Amino acid sequence: MKEVVVLSGKGGTGKTSIVGSFASLAKNKVLADCDVDAADLHLLLRPETQEKNEFWSGQAATIDEDKCTQCGLCQELCRFNAIKDYKVDPISCEGCGFCSHICPADAITMKDNMSGHWFISKTRYGELVHARLGIAEENSGKLVALVRQKARELADKKKADYIISDGPPGIGCPVISSLSGADLALLVTEPTLSGIHDLERVYEVCRHFNVPALVCINKYDINESNANKIEDYCQQQGMGTVTRIPYDNAVTEAMIHGIPVVEYSHNGLSSKIAALWDKIVNKLGG
Amino acid sequence: MIISVASGKGGTGKTLVATSLAVSLKDKCSLQLVDCDVEEPNDHLFLKPVIDKKEPVAIPVPKIDETKCTFCGKCAEVCAYNAIAVLPKNVLVLPNLCHGCGACSYLCPEKAITEEDMIIGVVESGHAGNIDFIQGRLNTGEAMPVPVIRKVKEKVSPDKTVIIDISPGTSCPVVESVKGSDFCLLVTEPTPFGLNDLTLAVETVRKLGILCGVVINRAGDNQGKMEAYCREQNIPVLMTIPLDTEIARLYSRGITLAEGMPRWQEKFESLFRHIKELVDERSSSLKR
Ligand code: SF4
Ligand code: SF4
Repeated sequence: MKEVVVLSGKGGTGKTSIVGSFASLAKNKVLADCDVDAADLHLLLRPETQEKNEFWSGQAATIDEDKCTQCGLCQELCRFNAIKDYKVDPISCEGCGFCSHICPADAITMKDNMSGHWFISKTRYGELVHARLGIAEENSGKLVALVRQKARELADKKKADYIISDGPPGIGCPVISSLSGADLALLVTEPTLSGIHDLERVYEVCRHFNVPALVCINKYDINESNANKIEDYCQQQGMGTVTRIPYDNAVTEAMIHGIPVVEYSHNGLSSKIAALWDKIVNKLGG
Repeated sequence: MIISVASGKGGTGKTLVATSLAVSLKDKCSLQLVDCDVEEPNDHLFLKPVIDKKEPVAIPVPKIDETKCTFCGKCAEVCAYNAIAVLPKNVLVLPNLCHGCGACSYLCPEKAITEEDMIIGVVESGHAGNIDFIQGRLNTGEAMPVPVIRKVKEKVSPDKTVIIDISPGTSCPVVESVKGSDFCLLVTEPTPFGLNDLTLAVETVRKLGILCGVVINRAGDNQGKMEAYCREQNIPVLMTIPLDTEIARLYSRGITLAEGMPRWQEKFESLFRHIKELVDERSSSLKR
């Protein structure tokens, strides 16, 4: 079983449309949406939820007013400035528990946090594991790790050949969780200066965690000279050939219809995406 | 006044709006542009600032003096992030898991723990013409953007007009960046993904009690659903930027819309006036 994660640095580069198309093209796979913060894949795959589970993670401090003597020690020691006027601001609280250990009046307890949900759903293309982090919650990295773990268990059980996951934006904790230990990363970028910048940053993270990467330039025709720059960069880094996908309104139209673009249109774009999937399969040695 | 520019997901034109707004206002008021998207800071590509100060951001991680340590296990017990493991004859610190809370060093009965700085990013400040420019950058391979964001925000001068570029999403880095803003501009695009992510972003800013308005980017003839949603939620649509390949090309070359198509400056100025009215209205209604 091989696991490929699709990343883009910033998001909004067409990553999810590509993952949706892979879902339609690939055989015998489990799908995972690791963008737990702003998940979109379900809009293309229209899953039917089969299992909904709570995600409990981290803690937040609460102060028992009756016990508190207002000595102020917790306020002084908290490095996250989460305690003011002997009250905890749950948004600033990191859940480290320092205050609960040092309170001389034993007035502080740590309460578990329900920070989101995760789901196993059925789609036309097979099972999808996805999740929703609560608004303003922490620990998205842990939720991503959980989504991947559940996807792997499911893939083992079903003897699936592939896990295809839609990665989160950025380069921080959720990206690291979605990437470490994966077999391949597909980096989807755009031929803009910011696209190049973001690609370089996310590729560095791949290198850091020893995950081989392939690159795909979406809407390459917006700026061909930037597309060439990206291609040069990828050559220098030894990432092999880059796939170029042209700008096409069909991507948005397919999204409006709620289906993967390869099913919506059968023009050049779709064959490019199909060729890209073949390339990934090849690279994974499957 | 602090205006943050956010979007539920990336790639909707948040950077375009933040930088063009800054460029359009720079001669009208004293302006600060703050890029809090520390995982992928992009504003500098458009403003090309001269950076004259770089300050590393570090978190204090424990260092164990094993000559004093009795391997009692207290530090591992109090660490909420499993960043310390105490073995029979040594103590293992995993600095990448440490949040720098200080519990272990304070609570070690043998005073065997001191702290040393681990650098996770940098805050850069400088100028782009008369714009005061600040950005944070998380080092690649580091997991925690929030301490970098906090350091960036220490540099905000609220007596200026401050524009903050926020990272995509709805979780802790976004909240840390948006907190304290007078207004949050949400940049979206009229697609099903855009609408889905906008609803999440709206929930987030509402939870923080911050006023918000919407900019619809890449608009064509398909923004009916989005406008209906905004109407229903009572959120003003403050600007619409059309789907235009010329705008996309300018963006791809790192040129702000306000500079590449100067007629947009007037629109960004009126966007700003509109935001100011909404903020003033709210503060006077709060006083009443
Ligand atoms: S608390 Fe102090 S003495 Fe105990 S194991 Fe940790 S470092 Fe060693
Ligand atoms: S400083 Fe806090 S988070 Fe870091 S190792 Fe010590 S107890 Fe754990």
